[in-house]
Amino acid sequence: MIGLGHFLVLGALLFCIGLYGALTKRNAVAVLMSIELMLNAVNINLVAFSRYLTPDYIAGQVFAVFTIIVAAAEVAVGLAIVIAIYRDRLSVELDDFDWLKW
Amino acid sequence: MNIDYSLLTIEMLTAGLALGLLVLSLVVPGDQRKGFGYLTAAGLAIIFAISFAFNGVNKEIIGGMYLIDDFGNFFKQLALVAGVLVALASIPYVEKLESYRGEYYSLLVFATLGMVVMVGAGDLISLYLGLELMTITFFVLTAFKRGDSKSAEAGIKYVLLGAMSSAILLYGLSMLYGVAKTTVISELVSTIQAGQISPALILGLMFLVGGFGFKISAVPFHMWSPDVYEGAPTPVTSYLAVGSKAAAFAAFVRIFMGGMPQIQEIWIALFAGLSALSMIIGNLIAIPQTNIKRMLAFSGVAQAGYILTGMVAGTNAGIKGLAFYLMIYVFATIGAFTVAIGFSNATGSDEIKDMAGLSQRNPLMAAVMLVCLLSMAGIPPLAGFAGKLFLFSAIVAQGKLWLALVGLIMSMVSVYYYLSVAKSMYMGEAADPSPIEIPGSLKLVLIVSMVVTIFLGIYPAPLTGLAEAAASVFALK
Repeated sequence: MIGLGHFLVLGALLFCIGLYGALTKRNAVAVLMSIELMLNAVNINLVAFSRYLTPDYIAGQVFAVFTIIVAAAEVAVGLAIVIAIYRDRLSVELDDFDWLKW
Repeated sequence: MNIDYSLLTIEMLTAGLALGLLVLSLVVPGDQRKGFGYLTAAGLAIIFAISFAFNGVNKEIIGGMYLIDDFGNFFKQLALVAGVLVALASIPYVEKLESYRGEYYSLLVFATLGMVVMVGAGDLISLYLGLELMTITFFVLTAFKRGDSKSAEAGIKYVLLGAMSSAILLYGLSMLYGVAKTTVISELVSTIQAGQISPALILGLMFLVGGFGFKISAVPFHMWSPDVYEGAPTPVTSYLAVGSKAAAFAAFVRIFMGGMPQIQEIWIALFAGLSALSMIIGNLIAIPQTNIKRMLAFSGVAQAGYILTGMVAGTNAGIKGLAFYLMIYVFATIGAFTVAIGFSNATGSDEIKDMAGLSQRNPLMAAVMLVCLLSMAGIPPLAGFAGKLFLFSAIVAQGKLWLALVGLIMSMVSVYYYLSVAKSMYMGEAADPSPIEIPGSLKLVLIVSMVVTIFLGIYPAPLTGLAEAAASVFALK
């Protein structure tokens, strides 16, 4: 029987994979994708908590919907800035962005 | 459900102003958009004046999702007054932009709206929405200068690190929801019991502190701030430094003091560590900085450490000190950054060594910089002294003498690098002694910040009254 614990472990794993990717990838687009994984891990958590702990109170699911929307806005802005810097440096590798001391 | 929309006047007016500016910038031809800065400042100033009508109103709407209370109102006023000053300080910068002038001000007001929503939030969802409205707007503003490599680079660094910190914060919020089975902050008090601390709750709290710690740039989450502060357009930097920090502190107070006073000993230990680290590392790294914006960034890290002592106290006196300090920090920081705006506008440089002899080239700028820096260092009779007095006496009353001592010693260290700027401005020889002219809007911001910083240092009673009312919302010791 699949229970809350399974979903939380899935969420935690996805979050860790995302965090690992966000910290180790050198490509800005790949980092943004890793961050998306982290946000989706949060969504899994929220929906699982909502379904198993508070079935009559859907705040967790509402929270997940808001997270999805905000994540879309965040990525849209992120990709726009990636394009802006690509036009300038002809690169999206984070190692190349060293004009400001990192 | 009946909603009393008149309680949301400030939020609706701010949103209306932002949308109105967006529409106006489409309608008005490009060469006639000079007045936008004054329009924005006037609009925000009117909303600021209206906000005083809400002093003393304590209500909740939409089932506690959103709170109208003195605490929220204090921080709304902070966001609005900072918005007015930043809009005025932006005018010379925006005049140099080739396009998107109206959009700049619109985004500035949207950032203000994000702060306003965030400090009024009574629910984790509305808190998160306000936070993201503010943060995403700041992403755009940071990278606003098209074709400027530094601005774009600061933008991408801020986007990647900011989005990562949001994801970590959200994970913390989801754990908190799982433990408390509610997202309404005021219900956390009854659903999280002091006796039952689960590992999930500890994990959630640590992620929350990490996520918000990023926004207030507390050590060890401060690595982004020097780069972003240096690369972003300076008016945006000044708003980022004060607004984003103040709103995140307000969220800290709401969640921890308002929602979890029963498990105080856990989070107080976290905050005490963050506070001491920020004070020590921020001040020590600020010393060798040569760029004024980077120096102010590290000094901001140290200031975050001082303000965190208000959280460590965990009492109403601590909240009062925190609120008071954040408000005077607005004026000191915007004053100092506005001098940097005027200086780089005239000379194109942000380097401290180029500021040598500024007292001869523009006495007003040098005086304002001196007053603002000394206030941040906490020299009497300036406002920063009163602020530090409130904060440190609040933690001493709780028996945390060691933290107050760290704060005092690091304040003395900070005097060194603040005064080395002053020495350069007053004793140094200017390479080019020609006087610096600054536009009237900048002069206004400079004079207001200086007068307020001196006035509140000599006579802090008006602001302490407001800060006390803000703190009284929370039923702590």
